[in-house]
Amino acid sequence: MLLIDVWAILVGLAMVLYVVLDGISLGVAMLFGMFVHGKERSVLINTIAPVWDANQTWLLFGGGAIFAAFPVVYAVLSSGLYVPLITFIAGLIFRGVAFEFRGESTRKGAWEWAFFLGSLVAVLSQGMTLGGVLTGVAMRGREFAGGPLDWLNPFSVMVGIAIIPGYVMLASAYLVVKTTGSIQDRAYAIARGSTLVVLAVMAIVTVWMPFHYPLILTHWTGAPRAYFVWTFPVLGLLAAWALSKSVRKRRTFAPLVCAIVLFLSGYLGVLASLYPYAIPPSIKIREAAAQPESLLFTLWGALIVLPLVLAYTGYSYWVFRGKTGEEGEGYS
Amino acid sequence: MNVLSDPLLLSRLQFAVTIMFHIIFPTATIGLGLYLVIIEILWLSTKDELYYRMCRFWGRVFAINFGVGVVSGVVMEFEFGTNWARFSALGANVFAPLLYFEVLTAFFLEAGFLGIMLFGWMRVSRSIHFLSTCLVAGGSILSALWIVAANSWMQTPAGFRLEGGQFVAAGFRAVIFNPSTLVRFSHMVAAAFETSAFAVAGIGAFFLLKGRNVAFFRRSMGVALVSAALFAPLQLYLGDASGRQVFHLQPVKLAAMEGLWETNTASGAPFALVGLPDADKERNAFEISIPSALSLLVTHTLSGRVPGLKAFPRQDRPNVAVLFTSFRLMVAIGFLFLFVMIWAAVLWKRKRLFTQRAFLWTLAVIQVFGWVAVEMGWVTAEVGRQPWLVYGVMRTSEAVSPIRPGNVVWSLALFVIIFFSIGASYVYYVLRAFWRGPDMASPIPHVQRRAGLRILEDSPAPPADA
Repeated sequence: MLLIDVWAILVGLAMVLYVVLDGISLGVAMLFGMFVHGKERSVLINTIAPVWDANQTWLLFGGGAIFAAFPVVYAVLSSGLYVPLITFIAGLIFRGVAFEFRGESTRKGAWEWAFFLGSLVAVLSQGMTLGGVLTGVAMRGREFAGGPLDWLNPFSVMVGIAIIPGYVMLASAYLVVKTTGSIQDRAYAIARGSTLVVLAVMAIVTVWMPFHYPLILTHWTGAPRAYFVWTFPVLGLLAAWALSKSVRKRRTFAPLVCAIVLFLSGYLGVLASLYPYAIPPSIKIREAAAQPESLLFTLWGALIVLPLVLAYTGYSYWVFRGKTGEEGEGYS
Repeated sequence: MNVLSDPLLLSRLQFAVTIMFHIIFPTATIGLGLYLVIIEILWLSTKDELYYRMCRFWGRVFAINFGVGVVSGVVMEFEFGTNWARFSALGANVFAPLLYFEVLTAFFLEAGFLGIMLFGWMRVSRSIHFLSTCLVAGGSILSALWIVAANSWMQTPAGFRLEGGQFVAAGFRAVIFNPSTLVRFSHMVAAAFETSAFAVAGIGAFFLLKGRNVAFFRRSMGVALVSAALFAPLQLYLGDASGRQVFHLQPVKLAAMEGLWETNTASGAPFALVGLPDADKERNAFEISIPSALSLLVTHTLSGRVPGLKAFPRQDRPNVAVLFTSFRLMVAIGFLFLFVMIWAAVLWKRKRLFTQRAFLWTLAVIQVFGWVAVEMGWVTAEVGRQPWLVYGVMRTSEAVSPIRPGNVVWSLALFVIIFFSIGASYVYYVLRAFWRGPDMASPIPHVQRRAGLRILEDSPAPPADA
């Protein structure tokens, strides 16, 4: 039914927006290891300080949308992936309060560790959640029927680790836009380096995935679906090459655009391979959806309000356009 | 029954812990949000620099509070799925859209304009900044509406039918504006305004007593007391309206709240001031009560019939001891706040509002009770709904996720540790921010000064607007 497909796309888009926007924030935290001075770290935090909250809200929107549109997915995945999901939230908690508490405190070190570790835990758990979904969640009827550690396997751990260079790449490209001087120089170098790592891990994950999720091979090889699915890796490779070139030419915005395209090529490639399964191999999107009246009610809401949200979110980014300094706005 | 092996009890405990931690922060967000709007209006209209400093200082407090509120809120969004998956799957058609709309229409608004409100003083015009403050404050109130609507639907369900155990929506207007939404929403928002007003006033009073940043905190306290004067009496009226709503729609909850065992037949039902409910023996072991007062309160007649707990089957009764205590505590605090405001009015007439030390000490001490009242109110509402998850339709025991109890032991322990450390840090940093006091020295952004500036007053006499 068209309504269900539209909702599937909307949910996918919400998750994409979250992953890219908060991926930048989480990636900035990952970079703390490479920017050690307090003042540099203040600059890094201030590049995301005015927008991180709105970025994280896309996660809540995605969660709410999945709950409202595909409640069986919400219920089953939350139960089946209980441990990585709650670990993810725990990481977000520490990452979130670190902004405020670091700003208030004189001994910043402790909260910088909280910022870094919280973000790291969040990123790893995100990946393991995704890996857990791809490796299958046991269901009986419309309920979760597996064990508490089903999601934990080498593949899901690999996915968790694989996301780190992805976010580092996004964050460093974002820093190129928002900073100057030596921070920007290092950001350029990190963007270039992490792109190669991203390509490598994407290749590993791609090769590894069919072992856990054999169904995907039919999606990758059967025409006409294959033509669609294979555009993503091609797009990714092109984006990687363009990113490299734009870094060499010291362009400001191009690296970020390329990084986003590269990241999305992997992410959308996975989503496109999943369809029409909501939770492979147990349940399809059709079977997991809410009733049509609810889908319509929530869809109308999205159609009317989401453009507004995107507009004022864009406006907020525009207000804080330009380079970030150490002083002035933001946390000290 | 061993707690550690019962996923139902563990999940209930976990939800209680997470929500009782979380609710503190939206309460402050809603209350401080209004406060920030008021003081920014005062800044824009009087151009008095002290108001600008108040905007920046209390804005900082708001930011710390908002941060903790957001992260504890992320837990709530997913906890329906992690621990109450059966309810989520069965009830989502009706319930989930409300949470979805909360994020879409309210939370995005708050989060979206928070950055400008906190960090955009230099970057946007005075009007845009003020608009941002209003949207953040408005967003928090709209948030409360959706969340209270969702919770109210669980208390007084409407607008649905059941198809083989699955909830199916039959008109979302009835779902959202179910019989108790508006009363409970007003009661909660007034609670947020009142609690925050007393909190700001209490903090101000403390620093007046210590003689630190006196002019600043006197002004802060003054504005807060005006708000408190408005909401303390209003809240008693709204609380009464809420209670009568419970009487009509959730009579067993009312009976438990009031420790009423026997349905009155001849005369009016008594109102118990204090008592010791005994659930096994179905009576109060000890009781001091006012005859006919309960009938008067809920039916507005001296002999109106009020069903007692014995009129309901045992398995449908909530925990009387908890409810009786929590409800009485909340009401007592509400009355205490009202009496303090009457005292404040008397002192203001005598021009001793900011100097009477007993009053200032009272304010400083009682502000904690506001938060206690909020928690007790929610305990009354939620424990009172038991054993139902959706009152009269779905029991809590039918709603729990099909997961191992070990999962919940782990997550409960994790949340307790996390919230304890975050809570302690929060208190530490907020108290330190208060002690350090406002930044009076940083230059005021040019765009905010463009309309002119009045020099900071330092006269010891109370300002005319206090």
